[in-house]
Amino acid sequence: MKLFATLLESLLLTPARNAKIGHMVQYFREAPDPDRGYALAVLTGNLSLTNVKSSHLRDLVLQKIDPELFALSYDYVGDLAETIALIWPDTTDDILPTLSELVLDLETRKKSELPGRIAGYLSAGNATERWAIMKLATGNLRVGVSARLAKTALAEFGQKDVQDIEKIWHGIEYPYADLFAWLENRGTLPEIHRHRVFHPMMLSNPIDEKKDFENLKPSDYQAEWKWDGIRVQLVLSDHEKRIFSRTGDDIAAAFPDILDHVGGSAVLDGELLAGRNFQVQPFNDLQQRLNRKTVTSQMLADYPAFIRLYDILFDDEEDVRDLPLNERRLRLASWVARNPSPRLDLSPILDYADWNHLMTLRVQGAEEQGHEGIMLKRYDSPYIAGRPKGPWFKWKRDPRLIDAVLMYAQRGHGKRSSFYSDYTFGVWKDGEIVPVGKAYSGFTDEELLKLDKWVRAHTTNRFGPVREVERKLVFEVAFDSAHHSARHKSGVALRFPRINRIRWDKPPEEADTLSNVERLIA
Amino acid sequence: MPLLRHDLYIEPLDAYIDPPFPVDRAIITHAHADHARPGHKNVLATPDTIGLMKTRYGPHAAQNWQELVYETSLSLGDVTLTLYPAGHILGSAQILLEHKSCRAVVSGDYKRRNDHTVHAFTPVTCDIFVTEATFGLPVFRHPDPMQEIAKLLESHRNFPDRSHLVAAYGLGKTQRVISLLRLAGYDAPIYLHGSCWNCTEYYQNAGVKLGVVRKATGLAKDELKGQIVIAPPSALKEPWSRRMNEPVLAMASGWMTVKQRVRQRGIELPLVISDHADWDELTHTIRDTQANDIWVTHGREDGLVHWCATQGLKGAPLHLQGREDEEGED
Repeated sequence: MKLFATLLESLLLTPARNAKIGHMVQYFREAPDPDRGYALAVLTGNLSLTNVKSSHLRDLVLQKIDPELFALSYDYVGDLAETIALIWPDTTDDILPTLSELVLDLETRKKSELPGRIAGYLSAGNATERWAIMKLATGNLRVGVSARLAKTALAEFGQKDVQDIEKIWHGIEYPYADLFAWLENRGTLPEIHRHRVFHPMMLSNPIDEKKDFENLKPSDYQAEWKWDGIRVQLVLSDHEKRIFSRTGDDIAAAFPDILDHVGGSAVLDGELLAGRNFQVQPFNDLQQRLNRKTVTSQMLADYPAFIRLYDILFDDEEDVRDLPLNERRLRLASWVARNPSPRLDLSPILDYADWNHLMTLRVQGAEEQGHEGIMLKRYDSPYIAGRPKGPWFKWKRDPRLIDAVLMYAQRGHGKRSSFYSDYTFGVWKDGEIVPVGKAYSGFTDEELLKLDKWVRAHTTNRFGPVREVERKLVFEVAFDSAHHSARHKSGVALRFPRINRIRWDKPPEEADTLSNVERLIA
Repeated sequence: MPLLRHDLYIEPLDAYIDPPFPVDRAIITHAHADHARPGHKNVLATPDTIGLMKTRYGPHAAQNWQELVYETSLSLGDVTLTLYPAGHILGSAQILLEHKSCRAVVSGDYKRRNDHTVHAFTPVTCDIFVTEATFGLPVFRHPDPMQEIAKLLESHRNFPDRSHLVAAYGLGKTQRVISLLRLAGYDAPIYLHGSCWNCTEYYQNAGVKLGVVRKATGLAKDELKGQIVIAPPSALKEPWSRRMNEPVLAMASGWMTVKQRVRQRGIELPLVISDHADWDELTHTIRDTQANDIWVTHGREDGLVHWCATQGLKGAPLHLQGREDEEGED
């Protein structure tokens, strides 16, 4: 546990990517099996103690610490794990078990025994070890390591290609003994069964209109609408049917209407959309179907769903990911022809002459049909897991903009924990400012310092971690779309709002009105 | 007429304690810039506080200087004034005011830990205790400073080719870190950024034993290799620090308790060494004073005020202007 705690702390305190990789490689060398496998699972987000909820940990500490003092401390530290690690009042001379022993113990205990065990471990560690245990228990590391970076370190440790690891990653389980054996040249690359698993998706990068287009040839790129649903992977075989979200969560249970109407054998990539007879309905409709474990027949009737297909990864048993996109597209079309379904169709390919033409299509599509934008994919691109730079681009519609007034600011979490970085803003309605949304991004670190200072200097009221501020500062807020919402007081909800510009110069009287915002509702 | 107002104005004396703006009569707890400002007409403080203020601001930073040594009472009309050691930095004092039957203590900044560079904090019983709350939350429990210095020395052994650049405030913290290093047996010369120099010299002249210190400025690049160098936090970002080869960036501060803060500052080697009281010291000290009225300033007032209420004490937050809200001199 000590080694793992030290690793987590080093990762947190090392900003440089290569130095982080160095720390992980060093750890994979030093730590024994199965500990390093458990650590890898934690770093990649594949292992969290499902029986332990952060609310349990909070309850545990609240038996020992005044709730008000705990709340103030949490607000100050901005990280639950660290707050509990620091505030924990007891210490014993007990020896902490190894990482794998600790995980096994906490995974197999009866629920009623858990609090006592965790309390015992917390008391046995020092503040850094307690912090690592808490990170482990809450599954929320926030040490600046992505799953991808951990796999990159793993590849470097074994001097292997990270793509080989990506391809099998979702088919293997911790503590990854076979994987480490292969990395240390003691065994072969583990084989996986394609039907049971999620295959990491290929993702795109936003296009930089000023720089990228001059280097791109229209004849190299297939263009499609960027459909406004959620990206899914459909895995079909004789035995199983699954729908995975982009993050690999199996969401099939909520979509029996689709599964009942599809057959065949393949792994397909597409967009989950709401609509009847392939008539796409707004994202809001789809949202009624998301994040549910079960679904009522009423919902199935009101908000039917379908999948619009983009790509094919496995054609029956054959892995076609290394074929170029144009060949995969032919395979996909032929597969759909052989396996017709009222819930599957093909994402059409747009016909365009040059970038200017495509730009016109993009604006028309956005204005007339509410399209989110356009996808550009190189005809010769293989299907590469992750977000490789170059083969695929997304070209989003121009965001909608409003000028809104800052109303409240809240302290951020993680690396922004001491700063007021979460902003609630509003617009004018009958001579008052009413809140319409909250934004956390879009500003530079430098601007954050200035905003933080401004918030502190213009506070009129404090509610716990939230400060109310004078209605003086105008943000130009960008967002993807606006919707009616019964949940928000203003009756409007914005999708993906972010701060486009800080209008230090603009008087609040010139900010937008609620009716301006309502006009932007799709 | 109350003896003391919430802005630390003493009505019967027409004097302010640590005022953030120039006044006729100022009583200064210690020489840190957010407590001691230049430009007052009359300043009363301990001899070392006055000496340090003159060192930093020049001899004419005030028109008249009045020295008062620790634990010697001065009667001014019907108010009696006595200074007691606060243990924060050299010369730092708590101010006891006695007026009729009321005793008020303004503690300035203080700590209770062992520190060879200062006079140890003396608890003073009183009715009104004005306490700082820089680390006024129970997440702040400062470890033994020797354990922190051991981390620095271990890193120094592990990376003998790198300089160790320790960020420490120039007055108080710099000298404390040197003193701790000496206590841990490190006897090589310690190199100082120019802005840490004058106060260190003052400490040495005042009889504080700090061993051999050298200026880190104007040296050839290789001379700082493998050395411990102390500089103020602001210098970490200056081109000055680039003169060193891949320095290990350390910082000695109570703020180093919180890992996310360490990360924000880009510190590799956090050293939790503080010249302020941690949560336990704050609460113990409040009990030691036996005061019923606790005025809380300088930091996380809410936590300490709440704690006072749970102890049946009357706590009041003072939002004094001019004090650092977050990371000031500590």
